Amino acid sequence: MSVDTSKVATSNRTTAATTSKPGPAGSLATCADDRLGLATVMKKNLRKVFPDHWSFMLGEIALWSFVVLLLTGVFLTLWFNPSMGHVTYEGSYDQLRGIGMSESMASTLNISFDVRGGLLMRQMHHWAAMIFIASMMVHLLRVAFTGAYRKPRELNWVIGCILLLLGTLEGFTGYSLPDDLLSGTGVRAADGFLKASPVVGTYMSFLLFGGEFPGESIIPRLYIVHVLLIPGILLALIAAHMLLLVYHKHTQWPGPGRTEQNVVGYPMLPVYAAKAGGFFFMVFGVISLMGGLLSINPVWKFGPYDPTKVTAGSQPDWYMGWPDGALRIMPTGWETVLFGYTISWNVLIPILLLPPLMLVILILLPFLEGWVTGDKRDHHLLQRPRNAPTRTAVMVALMTFYGLLWAAGGNDIIAIKLHASINQITYFMRVAVFLGPILAFWITRRWCISLQRHDNDKLLHGYETGVITRSPDGQYAERHLPISTAAAYTLTARDRDEVFTSQGDTDAAGVASPNSRSEKLRARLSTWMYVHNVQKPTAAELEEAHHHAEHEAELTSGLDHPVDGHQFDDHRLRDTDDVPLRDH
Amino acid sequence: MSNDNHTPVKHDDSHVPVHAAAEPIADPGLAPHTWRPTDVDPRAEKRAERQIAAMFIAAMISAVLFVVAYFSFEVGDNWDTFAGMGASTVSLGVTLGISLLLIGVGIIHLARKLMADAEMVEMRHPAASPPEDREATLEALNAGLDEAGIGRRPLVRNTMLGAVGVLGLPAVVLLRDLAPGSTLDIGKLATTIWEPGMRLVRDVVGTPILASEIEVGDLINAAPEALFPTEENGYPELEAGDEQVQKAKGAIIVVRMDPDDIIAMTGREKWTVDGIICYSKICTHVGCPISLYERTTHHVLCPCHQSTFDLADSAKVIFGPAARPLPQLPLAVDEEGHLVAQSDFNEPVGASYWEREKQ
Repeated sequence: MSVDTSKVATSNRTTAATTSKPGPAGSLATCADDRLGLATVMKKNLRKVFPDHWSFMLGEIALWSFVVLLLTGVFLTLWFNPSMGHVTYEGSYDQLRGIGMSESMASTLNISFDVRGGLLMRQMHHWAAMIFIASMMVHLLRVAFTGAYRKPRELNWVIGCILLLLGTLEGFTGYSLPDDLLSGTGVRAADGFLKASPVVGTYMSFLLFGGEFPGESIIPRLYIVHVLLIPGILLALIAAHMLLLVYHKHTQWPGPGRTEQNVVGYPMLPVYAAKAGGFFFMVFGVISLMGGLLSINPVWKFGPYDPTKVTAGSQPDWYMGWPDGALRIMPTGWETVLFGYTISWNVLIPILLLPPLMLVILILLPFLEGWVTGDKRDHHLLQRPRNAPTRTAVMVALMTFYGLLWAAGGNDIIAIKLHASINQITYFMRVAVFLGPILAFWITRRWCISLQRHDNDKLLHGYETGVITRSPDGQYAERHLPISTAAAYTLTARDRDEVFTSQGDTDAAGVASPNSRSEKLRARLSTWMYVHNVQKPTAAELEEAHHHAEHEAELTSGLDHPVDGHQFDDHRLRDTDDVPLRDH
Repeated sequence: MSNDNHTPVKHDDSHVPVHAAAEPIADPGLAPHTWRPTDVDPRAEKRAERQIAAMFIAAMISAVLFVVAYFSFEVGDNWDTFAGMGASTVSLGVTLGISLLLIGVGIIHLARKLMADAEMVEMRHPAASPPEDREATLEALNAGLDEAGIGRRPLVRNTMLGAVGVLGLPAVVLLRDLAPGSTLDIGKLATTIWEPGMRLVRDVVGTPILASEIEVGDLINAAPEALFPTEENGYPELEAGDEQVQKAKGAIIVVRMDPDDIIAMTGREKWTVDGIICYSKICTHVGCPISLYERTTHHVLCPCHQSTFDLADSAKVIFGPAARPLPQLPLAVDEEGHLVAQSDFNEPVGASYWEREKQ
C-alpha cells in the first residue's frame, strides 16, 4: 500500500515554505476559470457518484456505438457520392465492370474495393448501427423491467423512446443509400407505404421522389436526412438524455446502505470516468473486429438497383422486420373503395398505424402506471422484475407481440430452413400474434408471483442447504438455514403494494364527486394490477418464523449428533452477521 | 417433533396489503470496505502495473501493425484473397480492433485494480425546485407578463399568434417544388409506356419475342421495346431518370400455358395468343417485382410479402396481403410473328393509391 507523502514535510528548515508558482497546467486552468467559471460547475460533478451494475452498461453501449457511427460515417462521406446520375462502373470489381449504375452505387463499390480501409469502415458503420439499435432496445427493456421509468424519470423515458424511433429511421435511410438491388426494393416498398396513406399519400410520394418512383432525387434527399437532419436531432436528444441522467442521478439497486435518499457507488473521477472511457474503447474495438471479420451488406453481390428485378428472400435490416411481418400476415384483399377513393387497409394497418401505436403505448407506459397506482413519490431504487408482476408481464406480452411479428417477417426464411409450408406458417402467425401475448402475460405474471413466494420462503425459513435429515420417527426433511442479514434486508427493501381505493361516489357532504367514473376504473385497474402480488412478510411474521426455527433447533439439539447443516460445507465459521457470506 | 419446516406456510395472497410503518428488517448499513490484494500486497500491485502496461504496449504494437498492413496489402483486384473480404480489410480490422480492445481492457483493469475502490455515498435531492423558488419564478413570470400587457390586450395577442401561425403556409408551400411543375402530375401513375403495336422484348437483351418460340410452361421476363431504342425501331432515347420510371412501371411477365387452363375474364377472351398470357410484373401490394413462378399450378409469388397470384385465373390473389389481381396486358402478334401489345394496361400498375379508381 503506497503512503501519501505529499503532506509530509520534506525539510526541517526553520522558515516557512512559500507556495511555489503554479505550473503551466495550473495557470491554464486559472486562465480558463477566469473567463468561464468552470470551477463552480466542476466542483460538484468531478466526484459525482455513479452506482455500479452490469445492466447500467447497456445504455452505454448505445452511446459509444453512436460515437463510432459518427466517426466511421464521417470517413464514408469523404468518398460517397449521393447521386443517382447514371455511370458505367469501371472500378476493380470484375463482375460489375461495364455495368450501368447510379453514382451512389459506384462510389459505394469504390469505397469497398479501391479505398484502403473503406470496406472496413463501411462494415463497421453498418455493424455499429445494428449494435446501436439493439443496445437501445435492450436498455429500454432494462429500464422498463426495473421500473426505472417511474417518477421523476418519465420524460427521459419519452426521450429514449424517440431516440429508438429516430435510430430506426436513421438505419433505414442509411442502408437505402448505396442504391443496390436490395435497398432499392426497400425504397420501392416504402413508396408503396406512402401511397397507401389516405388523401395525401400519392402527393407525398411524388414530392419525396421528385415525381414518379424512382426518379433522380431520392438518394440525395435521403442522404441529407441521414447525415445531417436525423444525426443532429439524435445528438441533441442524447445530450438531453445525459443531462437528465446527471440531474436525476442514476437509479440504484436496493441493498444495505442503499436507500431512496442516497446514491452509492464510485466517483466520476477517477473510477467511473476510467470505466466508461475504457468501455468506449472496448465497444469500438469489438465493432472493429466485427467490421474486419464479419461481412455485412455485400452490395456488390446484389448488384445495382433495377426496378424490374428482385431477389428471393428479400429482407429489410432486422429492426425493420416486425412491421414487415405484420405486413406479411395481413389477410388477403383488405382494401376498400369508398366514394371512389381507395383505402389500402392491408398496408395502412401494419405499417402506418401499428408502429406509431406501439410507440405511443411505449411512451405512455410510465404515465399509465403512475395513474393506476396513484403513486406520486420519487423512485430512485430499482425494482426486481418479479416484484412488479403486472408490469413485467405487460412488457413480456409486448415483447412476445414484437417477437412473433418479427418471426413473421422472416416467414419465407423459416419456411425454407424448416421445410415447412409458408402458407401454414402465415396462418399460424395470424392467430399467434393475438394469443401469444395473452399467454405470455399470464405465464409471466404467475411466474413472478411464484418467485415472490420463493423470496418470502427464503426470508421466513432460510435457504435450502441440500442437507436431508431424518427425524427419530423416520421423517425426512431438508434443512433450511437463515440467510444473512444483508441478503434478508435486500429482499425486504421494497414497497408494499397499495391498491388504490375509490373514495366512493359521494364525498363527505353527500355531493357526487366529479371524477367518480374514472376513479372507479382506476380502483379496478389498481386491484387488477396488485391483487395477486405477494407482499413481503411483516416484522411479526418474521419474528414468528424465527421463533419457530429456534424452537426446532432446540428439539434437534437433544440428538446425539446435532445437525445444523454445516457439516458438509464451510459456512459454519463465516456465515454470521459480522462476516457476510461471500462467494469464493 | 415437528418437521414441517420444509412445507411452505400458507400466505394470504389476496389480502389488501397493510401499510407497515416499520420495515421488517432494519438497514444494516453499507458493508465495510474490503481491501483488494493490490491494496495490501506490493507484489500484486506491481504485477497489476506490469499487466496494464503490457496491454498498452501491445496496443501500440497493434496500431503500428495497422499502418504496416495498410501499406503492405493491396486492395482492388485481390479483394477476395482472405475471408472473402481481402487481406487488407481483415488485417486492418483485426489490428485496429485489438489495439482498441487492449486500451479499453487496460484502462478498466487500471480502474479495478489500482484506483481507489472505496464506495462513496452522495445524498440525493428532490428533482423539484424548492417551493420558495417556484413562488419567486411564478412572481417573476407574472410580473413579466403583466408588464408586457399581452393578457390585457387580446386583440394584439390573437393577431400576433395568428401572424406567426400563418407563417406555416409559406413554409409548407415552399416544399411544393420538391416535385417541380408537371412532375407532380399524379395522373401519370395511370399509364405506362406501352402502346398499341409495341413489341414485347426480353428484359436484359432487348430482343423481340416470337410467339412460336415460347414453350408451354415457360415464363419470360419482358419489357416494352421502347426501353431499348435503336435506329431500326425508331423509339426515342430516354433520359436515365425517365428510363428507370418506365422500367418500374412497364415490366411484364409472359407465360404460356395450355389454352384450356386459362379461365378468361369476360372481355379478355381475345387478350391471349395461343395460351400466351401477359401480366404486369409489379405486385399490386407495395410494388415489388414478382418473380417466383410455379409452372404446374400457374402460381406466381412475390418474394417481398408472399402475395400469390393465379396466372391462369386472371392473376387473382389466392394468398398473401395483396388485394387486387395483377393488371393484364392484351397481347397480339405482328406480321413477323412477334408478340406485341394490343394497348396499354387498362388500369394503373403497382401499389394502390388514394386516387386509383378516379383515373
